[in-house]
Amino acid sequence: MSCLQTLSDYGLRSIGYGERLLPKADITLCEQFVLIGSGMIWNIYFAILALLLGFFLSTILALGKNSNFWLFSNFSRTFIFIFRGSPLFIQFFFAYELFVILPKLGVDLDLGFVTITLETRWFTKAWLGALIVLFFNTSAYAGEIFYGALRAVPSQDIESADAFGLTGIKKFRRIIWPTMLRLAWPSYTNEAIFMFHATTLVFFTGFPAWQQKGDAIYYASYFADKTFNPFVPYPIVGFYFILLTLVLIGLFSIINRQLNKHLPSQERKKLKINTHSLIR
Amino acid sequence: MFSYCADPKTLEGLMWLSCYITTVKHMSFYVSFLVVMGLISLAAPLAMAFGFAGAIASRSSIKVFRYLGKTYLAMIRGIPDIVFFLFIPIALDQAFEYLRHKVLCPEVTEAIRQGNDFVVCTAAKLPLSSASEWVHDFYGFSLALLAFGFVFGAFTGNVLLGAMSAVPKAQLETGEAFGFSPRQIFRRILLKQMWVYALPGLSNLWMILIKATPLLFLLGIEDIVYWAKELGGIKTGVYEYPHPDWRAWYFGVLLIFYLLLTYLSQLVFDKLTFRLSLGQATMAGKSN
Repeated sequence: MSCLQTLSDYGLRSIGYGERLLPKADITLCEQFVLIGSGMIWNIYFAILALLLGFFLSTILALGKNSNFWLFSNFSRTFIFIFRGSPLFIQFFFAYELFVILPKLGVDLDLGFVTITLETRWFTKAWLGALIVLFFNTSAYAGEIFYGALRAVPSQDIESADAFGLTGIKKFRRIIWPTMLRLAWPSYTNEAIFMFHATTLVFFTGFPAWQQKGDAIYYASYFADKTFNPFVPYPIVGFYFILLTLVLIGLFSIINRQLNKHLPSQERKKLKINTHSLIR
Repeated sequence: MFSYCADPKTLEGLMWLSCYITTVKHMSFYVSFLVVMGLISLAAPLAMAFGFAGAIASRSSIKVFRYLGKTYLAMIRGIPDIVFFLFIPIALDQAFEYLRHKVLCPEVTEAIRQGNDFVVCTAAKLPLSSASEWVHDFYGFSLALLAFGFVFGAFTGNVLLGAMSAVPKAQLETGEAFGFSPRQIFRRILLKQMWVYALPGLSNLWMILIKATPLLFLLGIEDIVYWAKELGGIKTGVYEYPHPDWRAWYFGVLLIFYLLLTYLSQLVFDKLTFRLSLGQATMAGKSN
């Protein structure tokens, strides 16, 4: 079987198109590359959606933690503490078990509509349930990063904004928010990379891979089990993720340039990802 | 455990609960918390050793060491740690068995990798199939520990390398002016001064290490996640203590356990940062 044939059979296998049965015997290198690559679709799906949604929630959480209104402030602090203080792995398990008992609790809630009962069932599926966990998780981490940056916005900037008569939303949107984002960007890039890495946990927790539609590492461990040779599939996953990380750093440095472009050239910060800061 | 627990079916309320949470299986659950603590306390020094070696190697003047060290420290950047956790134990296991096979059974000429099989002679198996249960457990735990040491060693190496380059150059030059040899400068100045710069990174790492311990479950070790799944699942009337699906509760307990652990660690690190920055030429050191 040629590699092109394999590509058309298994290229979209992780989302349910193509050959149903996974390769069992005489597994070729091509099959491993294609199927693991196909699994990357899930990793990218989870990470991008969680990051996009999380971007907004984390800004709200950062503002909340900085707020003087105790209810808002305490809620944000607790949210950030819970999601940053506990392992993502346990969060996945806990959320899954909660989602599983959800319909049983919801039966008495007098919600007889078909749509509602269907929705609670979706929570136990990885595409929604795991996404919610990742979304909250990245919001908490990024919220803390944005909070730190918010505290570091120079007071002169805010004073100038006041002098120009900017208030409320306008002051935030025009002055505080861009500066906050600029200061937080290197750390946020780091967080984004870790979000991509964190997606590999999804199918190892409670969330089942339905019809063997899993992510990259799900297929890699499948191959490692089948061929009893870890030296091929895991380096392939590593290869894909290094590629993804490089693309991500490229994208984030384009945005970084945009955020810094108003500064005089000697003050512009290049997005330098030094490895010792790349830890979550 | 208690004398009244002889017939749990007749018990109710708190009495039932007190019997339920002291069953033999629950005792194993509590012991597994100690396993987690043990893993943390063993993995931390191991990671420190790996990290130190990595940091020193990547500063080495010998090219080979430098490249090896830099590759090791940079690898963790692009590849998710779970890949290493899955890869290292099985790779190490196969490497050990391969070597033992070559040494112990030189008369076997057949290939070790036969298609989808990895075949070594019985004498080369690790642990030996005749070995008792605890040897298997111990071997599995050691492999997991090595994986943790390797991954967190790379993280630690990055932190230490950053800290070493953060020590003010003037301090090192002062050492030179006093006629210290490079080795003396390294040991007497750099090594002593770097800790305050390393501490924020190391405290962060400690937190990550704590939060990575549930990954033991992936390596097939009977850790807290395993027991939470096992004990929380639905128990029908066949069991002594029947109950519905309580897994959410069990994982809730684990969540609280980890929150406590990270919270307490944070308190300790805040104290430590305060102590270490006393007398340093930094803002924190000047202000107190």
